[in-house]
Amino acid sequence: MIRLEARPRPSWWAALASPVIALVLTLLTGCLLLLAFGKDPIKGLYYLFIDPITVWWSLEEVLVKATPLALIAAGLSVCFRANVWNIGAEGQFIVGAIAGSALPVVLPEVQGPHVLPLMLLCGTLGGALFALIPALLRVRFGANEILVSLMLVYVAELFLDWLVRGPWRNPAGFNFPETRQFHEWATMPIVGDSRLNIGIFIAIACCAVLAFVLSRTYFGFGVRLSGTAPRAARFAGISRNRTILLVMALSGGLAGLAGIMEVAGPIGQLRIQISPGYGFTAIIVAFLARLNPVGAIAAAFVLSVTYIGGEAAQIAIGISDKITRVFQGALLFFVLGSDVLIRYRITWTRRTPVIQTPEPAAVERTST
Amino acid sequence: MTSPSSKLLATTDVTKFFGSFCANDRISLDVDAGEIHALLGENGAGKSTFVKALYGLVRPDSGTITWKGERVEITSPARARELGIGMVFQHFALFDSLNVAENIALALPQDVAVSDVVARLDEITARYGLALNAEAAVGDLSAGERQRIEIVRCLMQSPTLIILDEPTSVLTPQEADQLFVTLRQLVNEGRSIIYISHKLEEVQRLCDRATILRHGRVVANCDPRTTEKGELARLMVGDLVHAARPSGSAAADGIALSVRALSMSAPSLFGVDLQDISLDVRPGQICAIAGIAGNGQSELFEALSGERLSNDPAAITLLGQPVGHLGIAERRQLGADFVSDERLGHATAPDMSLSDNVLVTRARTDTDLMRSGVLKLERARSLSQRIQDSFDVRSGAVDPPANALSGGNLQKFVIGRAVDRHPRVLVVNQPTWGVDAGAAARIRKTLVSLAEGGSAIVVISQDLDEIFEIADSIAVIARGRLTALYPADQMSAEEIGLWMSDAEAGASQRANSTFQTAGVGLDNND
Repeated sequence: MIRLEARPRPSWWAALASPVIALVLTLLTGCLLLLAFGKDPIKGLYYLFIDPITVWWSLEEVLVKATPLALIAAGLSVCFRANVWNIGAEGQFIVGAIAGSALPVVLPEVQGPHVLPLMLLCGTLGGALFALIPALLRVRFGANEILVSLMLVYVAELFLDWLVRGPWRNPAGFNFPETRQFHEWATMPIVGDSRLNIGIFIAIACCAVLAFVLSRTYFGFGVRLSGTAPRAARFAGISRNRTILLVMALSGGLAGLAGIMEVAGPIGQLRIQISPGYGFTAIIVAFLARLNPVGAIAAAFVLSVTYIGGEAAQIAIGISDKITRVFQGALLFFVLGSDVLIRYRITWTRRTPVIQTPEPAAVERTST
Repeated sequence: MTSPSSKLLATTDVTKFFGSFCANDRISLDVDAGEIHALLGENGAGKSTFVKALYGLVRPDSGTITWKGERVEITSPARARELGIGMVFQHFALFDSLNVAENIALALPQDVAVSDVVARLDEITARYGLALNAEAAVGDLSAGERQRIEIVRCLMQSPTLIILDEPTSVLTPQEADQLFVTLRQLVNEGRSIIYISHKLEEVQRLCDRATILRHGRVVANCDPRTTEKGELARLMVGDLVHAARPSGSAAADGIALSVRALSMSAPSLFGVDLQDISLDVRPGQICAIAGIAGNGQSELFEALSGERLSNDPAAITLLGQPVGHLGIAERRQLGADFVSDERLGHATAPDMSLSDNVLVTRARTDTDLMRSGVLKLERARSLSQRIQDSFDVRSGAVDPPANALSGGNLQKFVIGRAVDRHPRVLVVNQPTWGVDAGAAARIRKTLVSLAEGGSAIVVISQDLDEIFEIADSIAVIARGRLTALYPADQMSAEEIGLWMSDAEAGASQRANSTFQTAGVGLDNND
């Protein structure tokens, strides 16, 4: 029988090495996968991971996709540190996008410099309120926040679908399921003449602030304490319920902000499909970053490369871009796996203890 | 006396160490066929460890177990059941969402069908008068009914020896009476029972013989039916020669902590209801609350600390201010502090460093540790160092996580964290539980000097030696009720031992005593 045995003290180097080990194992798995498809694995990996960062335009595209990932993952890191499992960031992203879009879609005649800040605020609030639904159900009725937040993703997706096909459809849009294009005051300012917008700076700033909050403030301390030792948190006078509500609202708010920045940025309007699964991929980002908001920036970059690389590989060597999903899944698997192996070691024991053990007493005494 | 070979079970010099702590010290005991054998002792006396060794859950370090005349190694509960030894635990291992028959089937070999279980269940329940409905969901059943499931589960294997660990602790008196009838019937069939309890009255009613444990050793064997209750209590708690601190030695006027008619329902099924608790503690006084664990100590601690709030703000008054509705952080800010009995996980976060653990209780009381929500981690580290230095906390590393410290050192840290603030009221639950003698002495000295500095201290403890060493007044808690507070130098260990098993008797005996310092209205109707 396989048993996990806690290591006395996890080594610090293993903690740093674990994301790297996970990446290497993911690449090895990817090689095997490509071989199985009859493709050259070296060429495949080149297009998947190297090609996207060799030319400026695709590097830009990587950064554009990394922005929402980093922002969502930073919020999720705080949430997961509190041992609260918000799996519905995808839904909060969508609801944030909807809430923020209401102004330019419903009242396009409202113009001026106050429009964009208002949209970002509404998007953040929308995401936060949507995340509070599973939080309140958890606090009030003990409902599992993993299930509720996950199921609300489908609610959000279908609501968005209905909106852009129905009431919010562009009257001058030839019946395409999209809203009107956002006017100039309602779009994110572009950096230089690139595809990048100021959202990337907002995301980096949010990550930095959250890292500070988590490590240096009493609120962050309470979040960590509540996650690792809930009874000690109660002993400190920190309410578990309040913590659950706050971290869910925070992570939902940031997902909502990412949502409105996405539709007010690269997309420029609401469509039935606004996210290639950012909310779910951000979970992988958060774990690859070992639940550190600053680490989320680097981890978001890595995951974003797989999105662009998937497309590149599809064009160059003719494999489905669904391979992106496989790589992301493998990465999460290996990240969680190496995390477990840092804290535990595997031991094999026999299922039935042998009755005739020589001097069992002596054996047990020395082991304690 | 029968010859040794006719004994059902005999143990010789069974010894078990946990680290350097000796839980069982050369325990020899024998059980005859058809006998109810009581295992008496305070909490921590080693009763549970000993029966766990009999049931294969604990491997003794040395000593032998002889079963039906043959030496055996009991390596696992499965082996114990195979031999014919069954056990009913104090806390139940049942699935609420499954029904009675399913719960029982889970404990049986996999090839037994639930329908067969129902048939056997009906047979056993009819035979022993254990009313149980096979279809009922366990979640809907009372504690007594749940215990019946455990007993039936145990009887399914038709054991020759049944071990019951404090079976009546969760039962109403009526349910307990019913249980005794069943037990008698089992014994009449030739089975034997080892009955663990600290309730003297029950043991006298039920048991043929008693073995009394104290500090892991057998201190006496006797016939409980012919032994005086007081004598049994004395054997359990030890013959204490004590020089108590004179009552109110330094006690000043005024009341630092006052509890008035506090009642609270239990937080969980295994919890205890606090009933009509009243207590006054003066500055400079060390008031001890004696009692056997599980009689409401944790509940009382949570009520005093503010981890659970009272509906009535005036139920608890701290330094003249009603605080029943205030949380633990607010009560700390008013000048109180609290040390819980569980060092790891409750008083400290096990994975966090000591300086982080300083923040657990001090961040909101020490203004220099936090400014507008931002922590001063440097200051937390130096405060942690100061506590470690002045309370002799020994750790191998700089700022280690709490779980890297030994029990004694962590306890010194936890006590030091509170005492370092010079709180005007300190409530400590089991200050020296599981701590080595050196650390225990140091902790007691710390508490006494804090009281000499004018703080009011409440010590909740099971250790009568400790109580007599440091307390100047004593109250006893039993089944969620608290007796009045009596001067320590006018109490005997025997008296306290008796009250620990029956607080109402204690209250009525002393109800009109002249040296009563706090008025407690306990009704003696039930």
